[in-house]
Formats: sequence, structure tokens, C-alpha cells
Amino acid sequence: MAYSDKVLDHYSNPRNVGSMDKNSSEVGTGLVGAPECGDVMKLQIKVNPQTNIIEDAKFKTFGCGSAIASSSLATEWVKGKTVDEALQIKNTEIVKELSLPPVKIHCSVLAEDAIRAAIHDWKKKQEVAQPATVAAQ
Amino acid sequence: MSTDVKTFPQEEHVAPNGVKLPVYMDNHATTPMDPRVLEEMLPYFMEKFGNAASRNHSFGWAGEEGVETARERIAKLVGATTKEIIFTSGATESDNLAIKGVAEMYKEKGNHIITAVTEHKAVLDTCKRLEKYGFRVTYLPVQKDGLVDLEDLKRAMDDKTILVTIMWANNEIGVLQPVAEIGKLCRERGIIFHTDATQAVGKVPVDVNKNNIDVMSISAHKMYGPKGVGALYVRRKNPRVQISAIIDGGGHERGMRSGTLNVAGIVGLGKACAIASEEMAKEACHLAGLRNRLRDKIMGRLDEVYINGSWEHRLPGNLNISFAYVEGESLLMGINDIAVSSGSACTSATLEPSYVLKALGTGDDLAHSSIRFGLGRFNTEAEVDYVADRVVETVSRLRELSPLYEMAKEGVDLKSVKWAAE
Repeated sequence: MAYSDKVLDHYSNPRNVGSMDKNSSEVGTGLVGAPECGDVMKLQIKVNPQTNIIEDAKFKTFGCGSAIASSSLATEWVKGKTVDEALQIKNTEIVKELSLPPVKIHCSVLAEDAIRAAIHDWKKKQEVAQPATVAAQ
Repeated sequence: MSTDVKTFPQEEHVAPNGVKLPVYMDNHATTPMDPRVLEEMLPYFMEKFGNAASRNHSFGWAGEEGVETARERIAKLVGATTKEIIFTSGATESDNLAIKGVAEMYKEKGNHIITAVTEHKAVLDTCKRLEKYGFRVTYLPVQKDGLVDLEDLKRAMDDKTILVTIMWANNEIGVLQPVAEIGKLCRERGIIFHTDATQAVGKVPVDVNKNNIDVMSISAHKMYGPKGVGALYVRRKNPRVQISAIIDGGGHERGMRSGTLNVAGIVGLGKACAIASEEMAKEACHLAGLRNRLRDKIMGRLDEVYINGSWEHRLPGNLNISFAYVEGESLLMGINDIAVSSGSACTSATLEPSYVLKALGTGDDLAHSSIRFGLGRFNTEAEVDYVADRVVETVSRLRELSPLYEMAKEGVDLKSVKWAAE
């Protein structure tokens, strides 16, 4: 298997590795994939409730080099974006950026799923915390 | 696709402890040739180029002499006679010839074949093809340690069984099957016993008589010989076994395998066997020592590392272990100056994890996390130490990156987690 330089770079120097408090109302956590399938990604975002901007993102991934690179890249890309902007990130953009071969496309799909799952989790928390605000929107 | 891709590092460099990189520790895939083998082969490419089947000139005689010396050396290593050795292009052809050849020859007697789920694809896919032609195949499960249960085998045998094909040593987990017992059960019932001994010959003592073997596949390149050459042992008496040819032509190898002989390759296989006859016992101790050192250096420093397959019944050079919470391909990527292989789906063309490990009940998660270390003749203690250090360092780094490791440390039972289906 040959890897692109960008995959190797993210694998060797993964960005934003770590964990945030999953119980915090500002933090959304996405956990996707399954150990049996050989890929599990945990992606977390910390969102400013005033601006809806993702101020921080962290990940941990069990998976091949391309899975690690896809999730590392995803954390880079979501940071500084609003929640709605982050939802626009497409797996095909990840494929292009990392030059993933066809057999590794599922890694990018998983990264997109992880972003969506994290945002979904955060949104759910906001509904519980501030039902009035959400209703007004 | 990007053009700036990296592959396995080809340029040699040197590790701090003096080890030359990359380190080759994938000797179940293939072995480097022993220089003594090459030396003996070289004259057969130029001066002694004759066709071993040319009966009436000295060029042919020189080729034939090379071939017959090789036949004697192979026969000696496995306790056979020279007339029982048929040369082939390698173990895949030998497996095909053995299974299809016996099936064809004995189809009037019965149509049932027994094999095991952990066999090499050369055996499994040959059996699958025979199923299409009306043969019935039983694929025996294996126990947790990778060994076939002899009671299962007995139960599977019936009056239509013509062939049992069970490998001597497994190519992934190195587990040694109880071939002598299997052979005995077959002998008692008049069933032919074929064993794929590709990984065993030259590594552990192989005697076709003591182990009740009727047909046996041999490969040169797993024992420091050249690629593209192998042999099939076919028993001549007690009982006499006959096989139909699958390649028709000039009637070489007593009609069982037509085609001009690969004289240089055969000479190489013979020399590899001669070296094994002399050095195998000592080498096995050396390899087991290195292998145990590798195991201890890794398992002494990492938790949740699991050995796949029986430890007791195993090739001396094999270590197959799973590193929980770390995916195999990402581990290989981190140790890219070391050549080993993984049972992870990501390293296979099919995106399925190793069927051998799955057959042990290892669980897909641990199959994805497995690494096969195959130690060989030319590995050194310094290489083992280097490999152990690199593995420990990389597994530790990847576990820090692993959400599963984090969850396990938090006390989450990963089996109870409801994973989102993809």
C-alpha cells in the first residue's frame, strides 16, 4: 500500500489528538464505526453557544493510516467554522485533499459521519439546555 | 491520484544499534535465498543449460544429473525415496495436483474430501472448484488453539471419503497440526492423506513414514531456495498412491507432471534441502530463542497483547500476536522500516480480516489488530531488539490515539457498546 505524503504527515503528526469532557454542554461527541470493522472514530467539537462557531476539536481514531488522517484533517477543517458550515464538509473533499485510493474512501465517509454525529450530539444538548432559544430559531 | 507516494523504504540505512534497515521479518511470505543455494544454481543457467529430458547428449545428462541429485536430497530430508518426488512450479501447483489428481483418480471409489477452514487458499479454492464438479467437501473447524479436533475428523469420515487434506504448519499462525495422528486415522480407513507442508519442510522434522503421509506439497522459496519451484511427494508403496496429471504434455515426471524441468530451480531446491538436513535442528533452537526473545520484549512492556494459536505446537520462527485497540495496518505504517504482515482487513484485497484468525474465534476486532512476525535464518538478536523497541513505541503511540483504549481504561466494556452500523 502506498500512502500520499499528506496521509503520512497526518499519521506521523496527527492534529488535535485528545479528548474533551463529553458531559459539557458546549461539547458535542461523535463516535462512529465499529471495532469489528477495523475503524472507530471519536470526534469532539467545542462550540461557542453565542456564535455557533466550533472553537476547538479533538479526535481519537482506531483504524488504518487513512482513517487516522481523515479524522485528523476533519478536526482541522471544522475548527473556526460555524456548526452549519461544518455540516457542509463532504467526504469527497477529504478524499481529494488526502489523495485517498478507492479502497480507502470509506475512511473519509466515516470522518464525515463523525463530524455529523458530533454536531448532532451538540445540537441535542442545546435543545435540552435551552429549549426556548431553539424554538425561536 | 497523487504521484508523490511513498512505498516501503528501499534505500538501506542503519539503526542506532547498528541494525541495517529495513529489517526483513516476513519469512512465512518468502525467504531470502541462501548464498550457498545460489552458488550451486548458477552453472545451470549457462554452462549446464541442457534439457534434463535430452537423453542422448552430454548437455542433457548434465541437466539430468543436477535434477537427480536434487531429488535425492529432497527425498532424504523427508524420508522418501527418489521415485516418490515429482517436481512442480511450487506449492500452489503441488496442492492443485495432489487434490485434483487424487479426486480424478479415485472418483469411482468416492466423492468426499475433508479439509480444514484454516488451510491455504491453494487448498481451499481447489476444493471449492471440485465441489462444482460434484465432489462433496467437509471444511473442518479448528479449536481455539488452531488445531483440528481428531474427533471431528473421525466423525466427518465416511465410506465415500477418498481424501483428507490438512496442512502441516499454518502460514499465518505457525500452528503444527497433529499430522501423524491424522495420517493414522486415514490409513486405518484406506483414505489418502495429503498435507501441505510448505511451511514445515526444512523447519521441523518431516518424515513421511513416521507421520503416515501419502501425498505432500513442498516449496523451495519458503526454505531459502528460489521462487517458482516446488515438489510433490507421492507415496509408492504401503499404500501405492496414484494421481492423475493436471498438465498434459511430454510425460515428464513419470507422466504426473509434463513440462520441461526448471533445472536450475530444482538444483536450488535440492541444495536448500541439503542445508536443512544438516542445519535444521540447530537452526530451530536459534529461531525459537529469537522468537521467544521478541515475545518477551514486547509482552513484557505492553499490556493486552494476545498470542494467536497454540504456543506449544508452533513453528520455531513464528510469532502471531494481536495488539488490542490498535489497528494492524496503522501499526505496519508506524514500523515501515520493518517487513512483517498483518491479518487486518486493510492489508488484504478483500477488506476482510484474516479468515484463519476468525476461525480461531479470535474476534474480528483482534484479527484487525494482528501482526505476524516470521523469523528466519538471517535474523539476528540485534534485529529482534530493534523490532521489539519499534513495536512497543508504535503501539504505545497508537493506543494514545485510540478511542477504544481510552474507553477500556475508563472501564467501558467494549462488547456492550452499541456500535453504529456503517
